[in-house]
Amino acid sequence: MVNFGGWDMPLEYSGILSEHEAVRTRAGLFDVSHMGEIEVRGPGALELVQWVTCNNAAKLNIGQAQYSGLMTAKGTFVDDLLVHKMSDTHYLLCVNASNQDADFAHIVASNKFDAKAENTGSRYSQLAIQGPRAKEILQRLTPVSLDSIHYYHFTFGKVDGVECLIARTGYTGEDGFEIYFDPEFSEKLWNALLAAGQSAGMIPCGLGARNTLRMEAGMCLYGHEIDETTTPWEAGLGWICKPDKGAFLGSEVLVQQKQAGIERKLIGFEMLDKRIGRDGYPILIAGREAGRVTSGGPAPFLRKNIGMAYVPPKSSGIGTEIEISIRGQAASARIIALPFYKRP
Amino acid sequence: MYPSDYRYTKEHEWIKVEGAAGTIGITEYAQEELGDVVFVELPKVGAQLKTGQSLGTIESVKAVSEIFSPVAGEVTETNAALADAPEKINQDPHGAAWLIKVRLADPKEAAGLMDAAAYQAYIAEKAKEHSA
Repeated sequence: MVNFGGWDMPLEYSGILSEHEAVRTRAGLFDVSHMGEIEVRGPGALELVQWVTCNNAAKLNIGQAQYSGLMTAKGTFVDDLLVHKMSDTHYLLCVNASNQDADFAHIVASNKFDAKAENTGSRYSQLAIQGPRAKEILQRLTPVSLDSIHYYHFTFGKVDGVECLIARTGYTGEDGFEIYFDPEFSEKLWNALLAAGQSAGMIPCGLGARNTLRMEAGMCLYGHEIDETTTPWEAGLGWICKPDKGAFLGSEVLVQQKQAGIERKLIGFEMLDKRIGRDGYPILIAGREAGRVTSGGPAPFLRKNIGMAYVPPKSSGIGTEIEISIRGQAASARIIALPFYKRP
Repeated sequence: MYPSDYRYTKEHEWIKVEGAAGTIGITEYAQEELGDVVFVELPKVGAQLKTGQSLGTIESVKAVSEIFSPVAGEVTETNAALADAPEKINQDPHGAAWLIKVRLADPKEAAGLMDAAAYQAYIAEKAKEHSA
């Protein structure tokens, strides 16, 4: 067990490699109840969400979710999050556990609209069922037609008799679902899902595999690729940054940065050396420190060692050979395209 | 589980002494803590090790750990099989997945380390700290 944002969570159950393999080829079950929830309600709910996040929430239909960033006035990340449109006057934000209180305080402080924000993390448990067989497994426990829930959409329905929000979202690079429900039913649903998935080879997965899976899929992790010093342009998240939607926190700075150009860019690399470039190790270009590894480690499914790092844009081209300083020795690596893994 | 003819360190290495020869590896407890091992870096044959000196690194999926020499001596052999099958460290840490063999500078040095009973008491204490 490790302490993660105040939650005691297993790093692994049967082993990170076997859990990773299960999610890529069959299915895995994650207890992600640590994730925070913040709800925004009222006639000005959309205006508040639009003001504090960088993606365009006005594009959402009811029952649709989007990946977005909670922005500082400098156009950097307070957090990354999923915005779910529950109704025209109600949005459910799913945020990182360790940022939940800071996120909530930031939203409340930025609220000049006819809306009310509420920190509702303690009202939800969340389980993630991920992998090519996730749909078939979850379908055994719910009358809701899962085929009718498109990627990044959600609906409400019963799972093993428990009322849930069922979203087709995830953080693994695989198809899958995240279900939100009353914490009272956590144990019941965990056990029911594990039992339902056993014959399909589903196994419980911990934080370790959650990290290797998201890294292999080239997804950002708060505190690593993104934080209060990085902007969406730098992090390769231009696709969630929409200044055209109208002014939001940091939008002026972001428009300026887009015109002036960024000074560093997030890249993916693969190790050419057998050693592993891990979080925080210096990146060397022409022998000089030019950045740091933000996340690095084995990519179990791809069977190589990979990582992400910030480097100057002029050195960020695909195929560029770089070095990573590993315990004082330079190890060679090559910049490759993100994401490392895309599901077939 | 923990062979009675081995000696153990607080950093979770073991050493088996036969005359002036020592075989060194990491313990079951260490492999369990590391999780899936994916890479091992060992010293060159002929390297002179001091007691407590780093003799190499073991990388698991989640972390990198240094391995410290339980004794002083010269490296006479390294376990070449681990280069292609580092997962052996998870499967048989006290046997097939030994790391290096050394010629001991002082054949009596290892006697000062923990025996199996003392080491098991030591890791039981560790486990208590973990759950506390």
